[in-house]
Amino acid sequence: MSAAVTAHESEAAETHEQRALGFWLYLMGDAVIFALLFATYVTMVNNTDGGPGGKSLFNLSNAAIETALLLVSSTTFGFASLCTKTGNRTAVLFWLLVTFVLGAGFVFLELREFAGMIKAGAGPDRSGFLSAFFTLVGTHGLHVSVGLTWILILSGPVMMTGLSVPVTSRLFRLGLFWHFLDIAWVGIFSIVYLPGLL
Amino acid sequence: MFGRLTLEALPLYSAIAAGGAAVTIGGALLVAIAITWLGAWRYLWTDWLTSVDHKRIGIMYIVLALIMLLRGFVDAIMMRAQQAMALNSGGYLPPEHFDQIFSSHGTIMIFFMAMPFMTGLINIIVPLQIGTRDVAFPFLNSLSLWLTAAGAGLVMVSLVIGKFSTAGWTGYPPYSGAEANPGVGVDYWIWAILISGVGSTLSGINFIVTILKRRAPGMTLMRMTPFTWTALCASVLMAFAFPALTVACGLLALDRLFGMHFFTNAHGGNMMNYPNLFWIWGHPEVYILILPAFGVFSEVVATFSKKRLFGYESLVYATAAIAILSFTVWLHHFFTMGSSANVNAFFGITTMIIAVPTGVKVFNWLLTMYRGRIDFHPSMMWTIGFMITFVIGGMTGVLLAIPPADFLMHNTTFLVAHFHNMIIPGVLFGYLAGYMYWFPKVFGFELDRKWGLASFWCWLIGFYLAFMPLYILGFKGMPRRMEQYNDPSWQPYLMVAAFGAFVVLLGIACMVMQLYVSVRDRRKTADITGDPWEGRTLEWATSSPPPAYNFAILPEVRDREPFLDMKERGVAYQRPAAYENIHMPRNSMVGVAMGAFAFALGFAMIWHIWWLVAACGLAMWIAMIARSSDDDSEFMVTAAEVKQTEDARYRALATRTGSRK
Repeated sequence: MSAAVTAHESEAAETHEQRALGFWLYLMGDAVIFALLFATYVTMVNNTDGGPGGKSLFNLSNAAIETALLLVSSTTFGFASLCTKTGNRTAVLFWLLVTFVLGAGFVFLELREFAGMIKAGAGPDRSGFLSAFFTLVGTHGLHVSVGLTWILILSGPVMMTGLSVPVTSRLFRLGLFWHFLDIAWVGIFSIVYLPGLL
Repeated sequence: MFGRLTLEALPLYSAIAAGGAAVTIGGALLVAIAITWLGAWRYLWTDWLTSVDHKRIGIMYIVLALIMLLRGFVDAIMMRAQQAMALNSGGYLPPEHFDQIFSSHGTIMIFFMAMPFMTGLINIIVPLQIGTRDVAFPFLNSLSLWLTAAGAGLVMVSLVIGKFSTAGWTGYPPYSGAEANPGVGVDYWIWAILISGVGSTLSGINFIVTILKRRAPGMTLMRMTPFTWTALCASVLMAFAFPALTVACGLLALDRLFGMHFFTNAHGGNMMNYPNLFWIWGHPEVYILILPAFGVFSEVVATFSKKRLFGYESLVYATAAIAILSFTVWLHHFFTMGSSANVNAFFGITTMIIAVPTGVKVFNWLLTMYRGRIDFHPSMMWTIGFMITFVIGGMTGVLLAIPPADFLMHNTTFLVAHFHNMIIPGVLFGYLAGYMYWFPKVFGFELDRKWGLASFWCWLIGFYLAFMPLYILGFKGMPRRMEQYNDPSWQPYLMVAAFGAFVVLLGIACMVMQLYVSVRDRRKTADITGDPWEGRTLEWATSSPPPAYNFAILPEVRDREPFLDMKERGVAYQRPAAYENIHMPRNSMVGVAMGAFAFALGFAMIWHIWWLVAACGLAMWIAMIARSSDDDSEFMVTAAEVKQTEDARYRALATRTGSRK
């Protein structure tokens, strides 16, 4: 009996190991998407068609606050991950909530920036440069929004069933996703905003 | 309410287009009537459409591929007929219709014939060859299948509602942009590819994890079969190249939908980014298709030469080298774009280098045959036909890899001849060899040899007749994709090419006949042992067809040719002392439902029916969440049930060996 149970448990552990590898592979594919969007942006950064460029559109303090929010949210997600190890459900939920709030703040700032640009006549259909900017930064923002929804969806089972093996394994993959978005943002900050302003 | 969809979308602009629509609808109706008449809807739903069994999913992939092969071939023969007639005349096809046909021919043959055929073969065979019970993510597998089918469905629907793209299978802007091409054609192409592309990416991830994590005990990487190795390399390419296609088509869609300027003529667009993005996917794609076919040839050549594969390790390293190099050659598809001489030279040289590992493989196969006792089974004939034909295509490829020569041949029928010369033997012959080789494993009876050989000869001769004239026409300067022309010296060659297409048609007819004859005689050719060809690898160790769980006890691997090794040690058909309970994934309707929603989503995007886009997007989102929070997706086959199935197999085996003695 106990042998059968451990066999099934090791099968379950293998399943989660396979899912983790599958998710890493997905992230690498996603990284290819970002890499090509970065490359597209870099080739089009001067194609402003006589319209506004990064210097007049970007706001360093906005980008800096966005960066701070996202980087801190990665740290707080790290705390949530650490708390799954000790099995402290309330603490996990608390840190997920903090992560959510920080991420939502990031998305809000980004949307405000986008809305301001569109209002000023610098929307994605204005020039090749702006198409590339909105698509690259927007794709990242869309990913963050998906991550936010995912945090909400996962909070349900954490609250109801607790930190079971499948729930912890899902939290682990969500963590990978969240930290990946951080790395992508570091790229955006250093390739889009900094050169645009300096 | 219906966006830009009106009654004018019906294809009444030409009798031939209306006929095509009628055939599509009639065919679908006939199938539906036949299923109803057989009372098979429930069976189809529970045993097939909702199945997550890798073997059934593989079969469905190949059925899809064969249907799309017919559709793509009809396109081909229509083009050949048009060009044979169209000297100083309009032929029988209006230009607008001819352009749709060459666009859909390429799109279908690459995305909806070759891709599903390959994915189907890998699905069926790789888990058996590595000795596991299913792929790593069975549900994802079902989802991939239905996303691919949704894309194929969109291409088929374009025959009936609206028009297909006229921008060729590569869809280059600015011609494919909204300004030059405001209709729905390009949108059909974009959404068919985006949706099926997601399926292919997921398949790639699924196969990588399956091969890396689920091999039977003792199967080290260097004990994997060549087919599994090529499947692994192709899967890596699928997972990392398809995102590039998603980006290329996605940005084109943004240009068309929201008036962005990625690839437009004005407002800072850069249309040359598109071919770069497209071919960063497109060249690896060639190897995604060809590598698994190389794997099939390696299996077939060893089995039917009754010898161990010559130079296994060199073949593995050559495969990996091709996979890596395939990412370094994309620019050779547009040497004429105007890059500097140094850039062109770089890509010309990498292209020539990639011929080296390919050449290594040809020697692997040749030397495996050397002094073997060769059985000229149809699969072996496809292999030999491939080797000779593919080497010719490879040489014209090395010729095209020289940028100055490419400038002369670019966009001529020489190029058309070259890539058909690679892909028909290198991809299709390989998959057909695999189809005839593994058919008894999947269905439990053999395919008829005589009709198989007849099909091979028609395909081979038809291929040479159809494409060798195109090399000559390319030298004579004939551009590709011409609806009509006024140079009388071209016509004789085009007539020969059209005749070749009809010989290929005979080859397809022989394949249909082969299937009919084989099903009719299935009792005579039943494969009781599960090992009809004196096989060497694990898929032949289980019964034909294999039980849902593949192996009652997971095999222990001690050699590169594990089943041959088991036979030699006399343990091949040994009964285990006891059986264990087996956990298997439960069927799920979420995959097929997601496919249906994806189809509707694509259709709604094409016709700008925004409420339907939102509804389908929401439905897919909910289905995905529901599925991903389901922790109870398995059921148990008890040891007693396993014993019952296995006992039946051993009884059949006993009568077989009894009658032989």
